[in-house]
Amino acid sequence: MNAARKLAWGLMLAVCAISLAANWLAPAGYAKQFREAPSAPPSRQHLLGTDEIGRDRFARILYGTRISLLLAPAAALVSTALAALVGGLAGYLGGIWLRLARGFTDLFLSLPWLFLLITVRALLPLNVSPLVSVLITFLILGLLGWAASARVLSTSADALRNSDFVLQARASGVHGPRLFLVHVLPNLKPVLYAQFWISIPVFILSEANLGILGLGVAEPLPSWGSLLRELEGMISFREEPWRLVPLLLLIVVLTSFQTLLSNEEATA
Amino acid sequence: MLLPKMSLPKSLLWKIARHLAAIAALVLLGGLLSATLVRLAPGFDADERELDPGLNAESVRALRESRAGEHNILRFYAGYLRGAIHGDLGTSHALGQPVQDLLRERWPVTARVAGFGLLLAWLLATTLAFTACLWRFPAYEIFGITVSGAFLCIPAAVLALLSVVLNAPGYLAIALIVFPKIYRYSRNLLAKAYALPHILAARARGLGEVRILAWHVLPVAGPQMIALAGITVSIALGASIPVEALCGLPGIGQLAWQAALSRDLPLLVNLTVVVTLVTLLANSGADVMIYMLRPHEL
Repeated sequence: MNAARKLAWGLMLAVCAISLAANWLAPAGYAKQFREAPSAPPSRQHLLGTDEIGRDRFARILYGTRISLLLAPAAALVSTALAALVGGLAGYLGGIWLRLARGFTDLFLSLPWLFLLITVRALLPLNVSPLVSVLITFLILGLLGWAASARVLSTSADALRNSDFVLQARASGVHGPRLFLVHVLPNLKPVLYAQFWISIPVFILSEANLGILGLGVAEPLPSWGSLLRELEGMISFREEPWRLVPLLLLIVVLTSFQTLLSNEEATA
Repeated sequence: MLLPKMSLPKSLLWKIARHLAAIAALVLLGGLLSATLVRLAPGFDADERELDPGLNAESVRALRESRAGEHNILRFYAGYLRGAIHGDLGTSHALGQPVQDLLRERWPVTARVAGFGLLLAWLLATTLAFTACLWRFPAYEIFGITVSGAFLCIPAAVLALLSVVLNAPGYLAIALIVFPKIYRYSRNLLAKAYALPHILAARARGLGEVRILAWHVLPVAGPQMIALAGITVSIALGASIPVEALCGLPGIGQLAWQAALSRDLPLLVNLTVVVTLVTLLANSGADVMIYMLRPHEL
């Protein structure tokens, strides 16, 4: 393991550990308002100052990081499972099923990702409880983000369909779901893992985009998207540079992901 | 002298016809999918205009009747297609204007912003990638990878916000969103091309760098870069939504944003059709160009 990958692992683990320790590091919580100190600069009491309505920015970053880092992998799991189902099965069945699946994925991929995401999110209720908004946001990411992975998986499964060991299994009398589940799917595992890991940073970025546009996680629950929305009111970077901390944290986490993913992308 | 029988134009025409048929099918399906999604969305029946206290019962009834045709999605879509054939794309509920007028007004803004952004991104990325492959200074390579990596980690909406804070033009935000994708891909392509044995041999024989690039590297990497050009049109169109929405640019991206928020069915269906059409035409244009360059490979 080279130094860059070690550093990336270290940074990721540190960010995860700190966000999981949010209850101890920021016991006041993400929603408590310090009404006497709105838009306060960093101090010993508030390490990164407070937002416009007096909530501790450090606490919100810790809790927001926890939400984004927990739910992006969950969404990636949903999208990878869907991709395995659609792409893997279509590749395994071949013929008309493969052509149909490819046509359907082409339709999804012909729409720009952000356009699709924003349109579908805006069609769902926006005035819901914060918890429901979190679930809706990440579920949409999972349900819409499968097409690219399905394309890759259908190609891999198509190649496996005519491989020697599958022919051998067929000749031995293994057919139908058993052939797919026992012989084809386990051999798609490396591609599935790669697609899962590749999806996580994409979903983190997408949630951030939705949050900034006001279509992400509802207040008062924080996420990277809602935290980055604070940049909207900035006049210059010199006045309140601490407002850029969520952006820097996002860059650090995603850069670490990119470094760790270099091998996974090669597999995909 | 007898000329050899020309088979290329016929096969090219056949390929273009197949592409156009696939595009038409996908665009029609995209429009239907979008209309179905809007129709099934919770709260589709609710019209905010009905809350206007100035409206009497008769006006509210008239409003409901005006939307009655949208309840059966297949009937709505068939009606939409009939109108589209005659040049009528419907009327936006939220903006109260004919959709074709809105598209005509907004499209030049997006074409300008996304076009300049794409041009700048390609200039920046290919210049960096070519010079990195030519000079092969480790520090320069690390600089390129770090800069593109950093921009790859910044959400498109943040770049749009930063362009507002820094008073930078919207196309710069689009350029910075698209740049890292082009840079990373083209750098890898060029690095692979420069490592090919015949290019190493050409270098060893003392051929000039410009000649190597034009005669040996571009023919290898060119087709894939053309394919990437098609894909970047889609990326730039997607990026134009947050950029136009946050920078206050009245283009297609901002219109899509407004249509989504107000659940404007006629506008959303038309925008989906337009965006799908542009994306598919860009990709097919790239495919046809690659085919013209290398007819034997497709």
